Amino acid sequence: MNGSDEPVAIVRAFSHRYRSVTALDCISADIPAGRLVGLIGPDGVGKSSLLAILAGARKIQEGAVAVLGTDISKAAERALICPRIAYMPQGLGKNLYPDLSVRENVEFFGRLFEQSRREREWRIKELLESTGLAPFADRPASKLSGGMRQKLGLCCSLIHDPDLLILDEPTTGVDPLSRRQFWDLIDRIRGRTAKMSVVVATAYMEEAERFDWLFAMNEGKILATGSPSDLKQQTGTQSIEDAFVTLLPHRQLTGNEKPIGPPLDGHAEPVILAKDLTCRFGDFTAVDRVNFTIRRGEIFGFVGSNGSGKTTTMKMLTGLLPPSEGEALIFGEVLRAGDLEARRRVGYMSQSFSLYGELTVRQNLVLHARLFHLPPTFAEARIAELIEKCGLADYLDDLASSLPLGIRQRLSLAVAVVHTPDLLILDEPTSGVDPLARDQFWQLLIDLSRNQGMTIFVSTHFMNEAARCDRLSLMHEGRVLATDTPAGLVKARNANSLEDAFIGFLEQEKPSAPSVLTLEQPEAIASEPDKTTSRDSRRSFFSFRRLFAYTIREGLELVRDRIRLMFALFGTALLMIVFGFGISADVNNLSFAVLDRDQTPESRAYLSELRGSPYFLEKPPLTDYAELDRRLKNGDISVSIEIPPNFGLDIKRGRPAYVSAWIDGAMPFRASTIRGYLQGMHQLYLSDPVLDTTKAAAPLPANIEVRFKYNQDFDSIYAMVPSTLAMMLALFPAILMALAVVREKELGSITNLYVTPVTRLEFLVGKQLPYVAVALINFIIMFAMAVFIFNVPLKGSFVALLAGTIIYVFTTTGYGMLISTFCTTQIAALFGTAILTILPAQQFSGMMTPVSSLSGSAQLIGLCFPMSYYRPISVGTFTKGLGLTDLGSSILMLLVFVPVLTSLSMMLLPKQER
Amino acid sequence: MRSLSNIFWLGTKELRSFFSDWVLLGFVIYSFSLAVISQAQSNAQEVFHASIGVVDEDHSELSRRITHAFLMPYFKEPVAIAQADIEHLMDTGKYTFVIDIPPNFQRDVLAGRQPGLQINVDATAMIQAGLGSGYAQQIINTEIAQFVSQVERVPESPVNLAVRIAFNPNVTTAWFSSVMGIISSVTMLAIILAGAALVREREHGTMDHLLVMPLSPFEIAMSKIWANGFVIAVAVGLSLYLVVRLLLKIPIAGSIPLFTLGTILYLFFATAIGLFLGTVARSMPQLGLLYMLVAVPMNVLSGGATPLESMPPWLATVMQASPSTHFVSFAQAILYRGAGLDVVWPQFLAVAGIASLFLFLSILRFRSTLSSASN
Repeated sequence: MNGSDEPVAIVRAFSHRYRSVTALDCISADIPAGRLVGLIGPDGVGKSSLLAILAGARKIQEGAVAVLGTDISKAAERALICPRIAYMPQGLGKNLYPDLSVRENVEFFGRLFEQSRREREWRIKELLESTGLAPFADRPASKLSGGMRQKLGLCCSLIHDPDLLILDEPTTGVDPLSRRQFWDLIDRIRGRTAKMSVVVATAYMEEAERFDWLFAMNEGKILATGSPSDLKQQTGTQSIEDAFVTLLPHRQLTGNEKPIGPPLDGHAEPVILAKDLTCRFGDFTAVDRVNFTIRRGEIFGFVGSNGSGKTTTMKMLTGLLPPSEGEALIFGEVLRAGDLEARRRVGYMSQSFSLYGELTVRQNLVLHARLFHLPPTFAEARIAELIEKCGLADYLDDLASSLPLGIRQRLSLAVAVVHTPDLLILDEPTSGVDPLARDQFWQLLIDLSRNQGMTIFVSTHFMNEAARCDRLSLMHEGRVLATDTPAGLVKARNANSLEDAFIGFLEQEKPSAPSVLTLEQPEAIASEPDKTTSRDSRRSFFSFRRLFAYTIREGLELVRDRIRLMFALFGTALLMIVFGFGISADVNNLSFAVLDRDQTPESRAYLSELRGSPYFLEKPPLTDYAELDRRLKNGDISVSIEIPPNFGLDIKRGRPAYVSAWIDGAMPFRASTIRGYLQGMHQLYLSDPVLDTTKAAAPLPANIEVRFKYNQDFDSIYAMVPSTLAMMLALFPAILMALAVVREKELGSITNLYVTPVTRLEFLVGKQLPYVAVALINFIIMFAMAVFIFNVPLKGSFVALLAGTIIYVFTTTGYGMLISTFCTTQIAALFGTAILTILPAQQFSGMMTPVSSLSGSAQLIGLCFPMSYYRPISVGTFTKGLGLTDLGSSILMLLVFVPVLTSLSMMLLPKQER
Repeated sequence: MRSLSNIFWLGTKELRSFFSDWVLLGFVIYSFSLAVISQAQSNAQEVFHASIGVVDEDHSELSRRITHAFLMPYFKEPVAIAQADIEHLMDTGKYTFVIDIPPNFQRDVLAGRQPGLQINVDATAMIQAGLGSGYAQQIINTEIAQFVSQVERVPESPVNLAVRIAFNPNVTTAWFSSVMGIISSVTMLAIILAGAALVREREHGTMDHLLVMPLSPFEIAMSKIWANGFVIAVAVGLSLYLVVRLLLKIPIAGSIPLFTLGTILYLFFATAIGLFLGTVARSMPQLGLLYMLVAVPMNVLSGGATPLESMPPWLATVMQASPSTHFVSFAQAILYRGAGLDVVWPQFLAVAGIASLFLFLSILRFRSTLSSASN
């Protein structure tokens, strides 16, 4: 069990800061090799930061860190040892992909480590069988229970046989049985490969007892190091939990365990009554016929793993979810969505952090007091009381998002009880909170219950918290296994502790559970000949296998999300119809009205040109100037023609006659076009022999013939349909791609980019390919629509169009990729991509006006936007009948965009978190 | 009263969270400043710097005059090209216009033989082709007429047409495109802010928190509407005063307060539809796609880019149901034509009507989706 004497990791004078907060403060440590090493300590003391640094996921700010004998501050050297490290980040299955099945998830990681199909299949089989996941190989990761999800995470970490396994709180939120199984599994794996070092952070102090070596941490510093027995001896305590508390410099654990106060009145009236409460999502039953009664003043606990139905039950009680069957009575009544009065009597603290992070502590409290309409004087007193009681005085003006988790939970509690409710429902209020803060939190709960008579319904997965409840229900897979007092439950199973009792109930539930752990293949790893291909071979700087790992993953996810896929495939078609018909530069159906103050045959002759024109539409005549003014103003007419009195007489007498026209200038383009039409018609009138005057009209000196090339009728559809196609291929791929990258950032799976050998190029291009494929399908659909629905035939070379399109969709997805690199939230990516594509596509890319004729920043934007180079290809092949040779330069320009966009994105996308 | 107070206080929370998102704030500022400016200065809606080539087979005084009559800024300096190159140069989009002056053109004109002159127009350059061909004809006609009148007296035209453009005498397109830029930003932003505010609240679990408090879905929805609407209304006002009036020096004929009132009415609609989309979408990528399908057509087809009367009648009718159409219509009436409430009230009424309908629908959906699937 002891590999070499050399430590697996050496940390020297290392500090890490997040803006102004110091997470790690000049620590130095040698982490011994070949051991199970634990980091223990409260939340927010820098455990996770240290592990992320060791895994290479975060950038080193200050100090030196060597892992496996290599300085990891240098990217090239880090890349060399990266395949020897495995990292499982905090949070259930955070680096897993929920839409992918168990097998697909493991396969993805196998590909990232460049394993051949044969090697991969063999390893997956072995891992899934030894973890007991084999029967669930085809189940999506999102449908796994917390324990199974962690086992899957472990499989994904072990696929490449790491020398160093880093686990960040792997068992938080997992039921006791699964937790026990998890650690047994780790022990067996270590038994097989003795040289493997494991570094774990944990919030469960009782787990720390089984580790070989411990680092006790607090406030960014290491308090003590040694084996568990060393630490206990050093502090003269019996348990690691006590040892740790003793090690803390100035904080003290106030009383522990049982609530003090009057015993529960067994005959108080029930506050919550659940009768056969059932909730189904589709064919999945989340909560299955649950019954319990909670009496006034009681602290009632709900114990079970994540995904066992605790949250769903609580949501039904609060009226957030309607039960599929059965009913829940609160204060003797069913809580309905619209019942605001009953809400006033209930306080609810949801599982996720539900305060507004962008508000300060005081603002949060005041906001909630206002929303509950507490009288101002009472509110003030109440807030002051809560601030004092929950110890928030030091944090009043801090943003809620910047608070340490423990303080945040106290604030959440203060907010939940600001209106002095009769019933308080708390969903895992202490999840992820360190032991000390948890204890303080429970003191508050007990005070509320015993001294203020509040009924408290609380869920937890910590057994020592469960032990403090008056009564509790054990929940598993949607069902209540047992309900009793803690002592009663222990007695019922004849167990030593509540945890053992719970495990007893679970094992009774599914007796087959332990047997899945018996499968072992001890020699398999050592004997297989081709197993070390990936690790020992020299590191490749580019691997298609890693690239396709991302392509396959992204493609699977896209195919699984049916709604997204349908929109992505057919959204363009829909918009194509709308735009193809809707956008045009044709100006017709222009409304005009006449103010004919002459009313002679001559005036009517003049107007007949206008009236016969297909472009104009006559509205009722005008009677005076006021009406002319009004109708132009409200947009009823676009143009008015005024013929003055004596028009006919003037013509007859050979005096020059004048006609005046007023055009609505609100839309300049339309106004200019109307002016052109009117002048053209005027010319026609002048050359018309109908004009009977004393002077002969002069014949025009020359015939000017306007030839509209490519489109004889000058019908805008022939230009608009190919342009719309270009525009659609700019918008959709960019948005889909941008969201795909930012989504990984927001949901946390970006960690896989940080800690596996995959390079940025492989990551980006791998993710890009499925969207390129989607865009090409879009193209084929739109192409067919252009030809068959819009009757715009392809006159030129299809090969040129196809070649241009393939390169173009690489550039548009690349454009989205570039935007995604500097956005951190999906909202920003969505809005950013929208405004940075729609405007240039619609106005600055030659759709309406050639780019060369634009001016100012518009032209610059146009020149930097790929559509400006694709539109000539699309319009050229469809309408102008061009081929490859004519379009060579445009295709070449597009081609230049691909490496530029890709390398810019690579530069902006960090390979490590800051 | 109680309800109003809830809406107000919840809204202040929305405002705070909006102002804490710096990237979003940056994009908003961009779309109401730089985006408006570049649209105003783009000259995309007129004939500006159009490229023109001339095939002069006449080499006469008249043909030279015609060539030199094409002036900046409407046309770029005409370039002499050979007849054989016309096809190729136009194929590659090098020139939008090519004028072909045949041999002996001047002689034939003077002899009254009415020779032909050809203007080749690249019909795929939508806006320039239509307007520019008219300009070119006019320019050539005027040149020829002047040339001829030097040689012989031309009779005066018996009828003269005086064309005047109301509201925008010089047909400056920046007047138009700057305000249309603001309008399209309003639509895009209002929908996305409201929709994303809802999806974000759900993703962060704070929606459950709101729903277990004594708040009605109506109050939650209204707080998002007023807060996001308020941000955009302020942005529009600032953009009109600072960017359009001060920076771009565009005169605004009508009353900005009246326009702002109309904008507020419109914002009710746009944020309501944003909330509606927020209840339909299960995730951000879905919201993004839905948004493209709804917001982009509403913008492009509102009449701000293409006149409604040029669309197929069925589409123009459908677009009457979209308040964005009425918004563009009353924006043009108020800002350019100086129309008052007496003129634009029907549009205001239409926007308010459709807005209330959507608000009602989205609150209905809001309530049902939140109570059924808040998981």
